[in-house]
Amino acid sequence: MIEAKGLTKRYGDKLAVSDLSFTVRPGIVTGFLGPNGAGKSTTMRMILGLDRPTAGEALINGRRYSSVHAPMQLVGALLDAKDVHGGRTARAHLNALVQSNGLPKRRVDEVLAMTGMTEAAGRRIKGFSLGMSQRLGIAAAMLGDPEILIFDEPVNGLDPEGILWIRNFMHALAAEGRTVFVSSHLMSEMENTAEHLIVIGLGKLLADMSTKDFIEANSAGVVRVRTPQVEELVAALRTAGLAPNLVDGHIDVLGTTTDAVGDIAAANRLTVHELYAQRSSLEEAFMEMTRDSVEYHAADATVGSAQ
Amino acid sequence: MTTATTVATPRAASFPASGATLPRVIRSEWTKFWSLRSTWWTLLIAFVVTVGFATLIAWGASSNLDKMSPQEKATLDVTNLATAGVAFGQLAMAVLGALIIASEYSTGGIRTTLVAVPNRLRVLLAKVLVFGVVAAVVAVVASFVSFFVAMTFWSPHHLAASLSTPAVLRSVIGAGLIAVLSGLLGVALGTLIRHTAGAITSAVALLFVIPPLTGLLPGSWGKAISIRFTTNAGQRIAEVIHTPGQLYPWAGFFWMLGECVIPLLIGAWLMKRRDA
Repeated sequence: MIEAKGLTKRYGDKLAVSDLSFTVRPGIVTGFLGPNGAGKSTTMRMILGLDRPTAGEALINGRRYSSVHAPMQLVGALLDAKDVHGGRTARAHLNALVQSNGLPKRRVDEVLAMTGMTEAAGRRIKGFSLGMSQRLGIAAAMLGDPEILIFDEPVNGLDPEGILWIRNFMHALAAEGRTVFVSSHLMSEMENTAEHLIVIGLGKLLADMSTKDFIEANSAGVVRVRTPQVEELVAALRTAGLAPNLVDGHIDVLGTTTDAVGDIAAANRLTVHELYAQRSSLEEAFMEMTRDSVEYHAADATVGSAQ
Repeated sequence: MTTATTVATPRAASFPASGATLPRVIRSEWTKFWSLRSTWWTLLIAFVVTVGFATLIAWGASSNLDKMSPQEKATLDVTNLATAGVAFGQLAMAVLGALIIASEYSTGGIRTTLVAVPNRLRVLLAKVLVFGVVAAVVAVVASFVSFFVAMTFWSPHHLAASLSTPAVLRSVIGAGLIAVLSGLLGVALGTLIRHTAGAITSAVALLFVIPPLTGLLPGSWGKAISIRFTTNAGQRIAEVIHTPGQLYPWAGFFWMLGECVIPLLIGAWLMKRRDA
């Protein structure tokens, strides 16, 4: 179990993490969600004793990480996959880690096999792709067969196959009763991975709830209706106190239900060709929630782009 | 690279709880030290440069013997000349010392290290011990090899020094020890500065560039500082014949030791406090 209690980190005038309190429980994957610059990595570094909190504290199973006895058997962490000396081979890197905690030497081969890195073991790390570095980082995190896993943006740089692999991997780890704490700036990634979400923006806690509740609480329902009698239905909806929106030949109505819209149409003897509730995607809900806490807003794109 | 699509996690409570104790961290640092090519290269360079310059100096000085005045001959310190190459090997040791810690900060590897071993002072101590022992062995061996090679040039002139003379033995071992101290100053600067280039540059400045310049400092204070400044003090231990106005061998050695240990202690204190 990981507990953050009033965790705060200030760099000069900038408050990177502000009075953050939450608990990460075992047995489930907990997603740590927030836009870039929200303070996710800083929070993880404070949990691991790498950064010193300005105020508050982070505890792992009730103790500060700096005072634990067998660190690698308690926590496995992947922060930045490039946090390794590139001049060593993958095997030498893992050997040194195993030795530092007196773990059995066979663990090196086991984690290499687990992450599909056996064939790359003898190569120098500096030649690795980001995807291979991520796998090596995960291999290193698993050396101590730890009770708690902390992954910072683990799917960065992975191909779709790798992303699926990580997702299954994290589910399997949680199913074994481990604590899995994983950060991402992509809601879509967390939607399929995490059972519980801790959402932060500009260092502040925005939500701490199950993924299911988060989706329900944050995806505003839109009722979409298509009719040949557009003007009449708009007028009827207005009369009923609703605010219909004309979009591409159909009408969107916020804050109502399909039942109510259908009843209004029937009462006014209007034809309806299509009537359904559309939930905004989780990505939209997340963007809505964090809109005010995004550090750097992109200027409105004038050229269409995927981002 | 093969991709595992099914996940098999050997959930092995199968090995006992094991802590990151000092002997284990030393083993780990030993593996890390030798698994980098830069280590082998730097040690090789340290050895070759030390012995190479010693040979060159002995050869040059012994062939110019007949041009020397009787007074020069009387104060000729063949042992000190034999180990003069250490001054250059020292440079390689300082670089290696700086690299052993600064490269971890430069690459970010320090975070991986400190997650595995949260006790930072234990990590630094293990690094110092591993580096110190290796540096001492390489530097002292290089110093002895330099001595024996140089003596082959002096023997024909019946000027060869002998290790059975205590001052000569102390001088040859001492020359190696100065290289170790230079390396430790490199470790200290690496810990303080945390950037490879910055740490190496300041080590070179403090050990090679500034010491001769301190001779320009005016007055008795200037002189007092100059004779105690890093290598100005340290190199006295390699002298058999004392240079007037300079510190005596062991006094010089301990001055330089202090000048390396104090920054190392400050570095350790900062390492414990700073964000990694």
